[in-house]
Amino acid sequence: MTKYTDHLGRPIVAVTGIGIVSSLGQGKEDNWAALTAGRSGIHEITRFPTENLNTRIAGTVDFLAESTAGATPLSEKLAALAAEEAIAQAGLPMDDFGGPLFLAAPPVELDWKSRFALDRTTIEDGDTSYELMLASCRRKPLPDFFNTTQFGYIAERIADTFGTRGLPITLSTACASGATAIQLGVEAIRRGESDRVLSIGTDGSVSAESLIRFSLLSALSTQNDPAHKSARPFSKDRSGFVMAEGAGALVMESLESALARGAKILGFLQGCGEKADDFHRTRSKPDGSPAIAAVRNALDDAGLTTDQIDYINAHGTSTPENDKMEYLALSTVFADRTSSIPTSSNKSMIGHTLTAAGAIEAAFSLLTIQTGTLPPTINYDNPDPTILLDVVPNEKREAKVSTVLSNSFGFGGQNTCLVMAAEPVL
Amino acid sequence: MQNNKVLITGIGIVSSLGEGLDAHWNALSGKPEPKLETETFAPYTVHPLGEVDWNLQIPKRSDQRQMETWQRLGTYAAGLALEDAGIKEDEALCSTMDMVVAAGGGERDLAVDTLILAEGRTSNDRGVMLNQKLSTELRPTLFLAQLSNLLAGNISIVHKVTGSSRTFMGEESSGISAIETAAARIRSGQSTHALVGGSYNTEHFDMLLGHELGGYLKSDGWAPLWQRQGSAGGGLVPGSGGVFLVLESAEHAEKRGARAYAEIQSITSGQIRRGRDDLKTTVQTMLEKAADGDEASFIVSGASGAHKPTSAEKAALDALPGAAARGISGVTGHLREAQFPLAVALAAIAVSKGEAFSPLEESEKPLDKPVSAAIATTIGITRAEGVARLVKA
Repeated sequence: MTKYTDHLGRPIVAVTGIGIVSSLGQGKEDNWAALTAGRSGIHEITRFPTENLNTRIAGTVDFLAESTAGATPLSEKLAALAAEEAIAQAGLPMDDFGGPLFLAAPPVELDWKSRFALDRTTIEDGDTSYELMLASCRRKPLPDFFNTTQFGYIAERIADTFGTRGLPITLSTACASGATAIQLGVEAIRRGESDRVLSIGTDGSVSAESLIRFSLLSALSTQNDPAHKSARPFSKDRSGFVMAEGAGALVMESLESALARGAKILGFLQGCGEKADDFHRTRSKPDGSPAIAAVRNALDDAGLTTDQIDYINAHGTSTPENDKMEYLALSTVFADRTSSIPTSSNKSMIGHTLTAAGAIEAAFSLLTIQTGTLPPTINYDNPDPTILLDVVPNEKREAKVSTVLSNSFGFGGQNTCLVMAAEPVL
Repeated sequence: MQNNKVLITGIGIVSSLGEGLDAHWNALSGKPEPKLETETFAPYTVHPLGEVDWNLQIPKRSDQRQMETWQRLGTYAAGLALEDAGIKEDEALCSTMDMVVAAGGGERDLAVDTLILAEGRTSNDRGVMLNQKLSTELRPTLFLAQLSNLLAGNISIVHKVTGSSRTFMGEESSGISAIETAAARIRSGQSTHALVGGSYNTEHFDMLLGHELGGYLKSDGWAPLWQRQGSAGGGLVPGSGGVFLVLESAEHAEKRGARAYAEIQSITSGQIRRGRDDLKTTVQTMLEKAADGDEASFIVSGASGAHKPTSAEKAALDALPGAAARGISGVTGHLREAQFPLAVALAAIAVSKGEAFSPLEESEKPLDKPVSAAIATTIGITRAEGVARLVKA
C-alpha cells in the first residue's frame, strides 16, 4: 500500500506541473536546453535609454508583446505563461484549477510613462504638482493606471484566468519571494486545506527607475561588456548581480490526490526552511547564522541529513557579499562534504530574476533531478580562492541527483531554502 | 493534524485616536469624535496621526532614519504588540516567533518626482533626462524605506523577531490573508506564536494618488461612514495607523502564563469577481456563517466608505436585524493593509471587556447585552472580502 504521509506524518507534496519563462526563452524545453548549454540570457538593455547609467545590461524578457507595456502587464503575462505550462503538464483544466493561488509579484508603483501622461493632463492648469494631478484624477479617474498600482491586481487576473479558489495571496520576501510562494503552497497542502495549489513567482519589473534604485545601493554588476560575462557567481572578480525577468510556476498536489487522478509525478517538495536576519537592511549577519539556520531548518523539515543532499542550486547572486556569505553558510552546515557537493548558480546565465528567482530556480532544480544534468555556473574564469565550492564550472555535468537544496537569501533579511527530491522521505 | 485554539495575546495600535488599547477603548466607548486634517490635502480629508514619540519603540535614531513613516508606524505598533504580550526583548520567544506583515509601499520623494515631471514637459529626450535626474537626485536608501518587505525587515532588526518573515501584499487582502495564514499555521501546529499586522500612512500625496487614480477619495469633507452615498468623490476618507497582533496557540500562551483578549474561532475569506458576482449576498453569507446562530451579533465593520462596497456591506448588515454594527472607519479612517488587523483588534478588545463599544453614529444601534463573541469584517475597495469570528478566550 502506498504511504501518503511523510516522516512527520504530513501529506506528501508532489509536483505535477512546471512552467518557466526567462530571458533564455519561453517554456521548460527551451530554457533547459539553453541553461545546460551554458548560454547567457543577459544582454544590453534596449527597453529604455541607458545613457548616464553605470549598468546597461539586464536579463529582460524582450520577446513578448507585453515586454514594453510596463511592469504590471509584463509580470502578469510572465506569470500567466508559466502557469499555463505548469497546469497543462499537470493535465488539469486550464480555466478551473480548483485550488488556491500563491503569487510572488514585484511591488510596483505607477510607472514613469503613466506619470508623464498624468502630468500632461494638467499642463493647462499650472506648474507640475501632485495637487494638480490629484485634481485631474478627481475630474477623470484613470482606472487602467489605478490597476497597475494595485498589488492585488495581478493575482486577481491570474485567479480569474485559471479558476483558482479563494482569496489569492500576493507576497514579497524580496529575493526569496518565489521560494516563499512555494512554501506557502506546501504548507496549505500539509494542513489539508487543499489537494492542489498553484505557486508562481513572477517579475517583469526592470525599468530605469528600478535599475537606478539597485544601482544606488551598489548592488549591480557594472561589467557591461560583454554582457554575457557580467554575472560571475563565486568568481574573484564578481561585482554585483544582474537584474533579470521571468516567471516560474509549480502545480503541487498531495501525493494521494495526484495518484488518485493518475497524474505523472515530477518530483517532491520535501522540505522548506526559513530564518530572518536581524542585522542590517542590505547586509547579512557576518556570522551567517540566519542563512545557516534556514538551510538547517529546510533539511530538518525534509527529514534529510547533510549526507543526503546530492546537489545545491545556489542563490549565487554574484554580489561580493552574498556569495561569500552563502559559502560560509554552506561550509558551516555541510562541513567536510561542502566542496564535494556540486553547487551551481543559474543566475550566471539568467541573471537575478528577483521576485521570480526562488520559483524559477526550484523549477530548474526539479529538472535537474528529472534529467540528471547539472547546469553549470558560467563565467567561472577566475575562481574566488576563498570559496571552495564545486560550482560545476562553465560546462554542464551528468550526475544522478535524488535530492536538491535550493537557496534564496533576500534583501531585508528574508531567507528561505527548499529541498526537492526524486522520492519522498517516509 | 492538530487543532489548536488560536488566541490573541498582544495588541499594538496606533491611529488618529491615539496609541494603545486604552486610548482606543476610551475613544470608542465615549462619544467618539473623529480627528481630522482638512487643510493639508484639501479638498481631501484624512485622519492624521497624532504625536508619536518614535524613540519609545525604535530606540536607535539610525533605525528611524532608515524608514519612511509607514515603516516607522508598523515597527512602532509591532513593538507595542510585543510589549503588550510580554514578549518584547524576550530573545528566546522573539527568535522563534513567526511574522506575517501586510504591506503596501511607496511614499515616494515628491520633490524629485515633481522636478522630473516639470522637466519632462520641455525635455527633448525624457528617457535620458529621467536617468540623469534619478541617478543624481534619489536618496540611495529611500528605496529601502519604500520597499514592501522592508517593514518586516525593520521589525526583525529593531525587535529581533526572526523565526520567519513573510510579507503579504494586495491592499486590504494582505491584512486578511496575513491573519488568516498566521492563524491557520498556529491552529495546525505549524507555528506556536506569531506577530501579524500592518500599517498605512495616508498623509502623503503619493499615497492619496494611489486611491484617487481610481476616483475613490471623498472630496467634500468628512461625513458619518454610512451616510456618504451621493457625496462628492468616491466616499473614502483614509487614515494613518499601524496595528499588530500577537497570535499564540492556547497551549503556548498557557505555558508562559499569558493572558488572552480573545480566541480567533474562524476566518472566512474570499475574492468574488465584483463585476459579475453580487457582493451584498456574498457578505451576508459570510456574516451569517460567522454569526453562528447569534441573532444579536456585535459586528466591528471595516467598511472603507468607498461607495459601492460600503453600500453592499450596509445592505448585508441591515439584513441581520438584530445585529449591532460599528463602522470604525468613520472614526479612524480607512487603513488599507492594516484595516482587517484594526477591525480584529477592536473586536478582540470588546470581547475581552465583555461589552460593545458605543454606536459611532446615529444610525448604529446600541447593544445592551454582554459581548462574548464579535465579528470583524473587511471588504476591500476593489477586491477581497474577509470576516473573522472572535470568542471569549
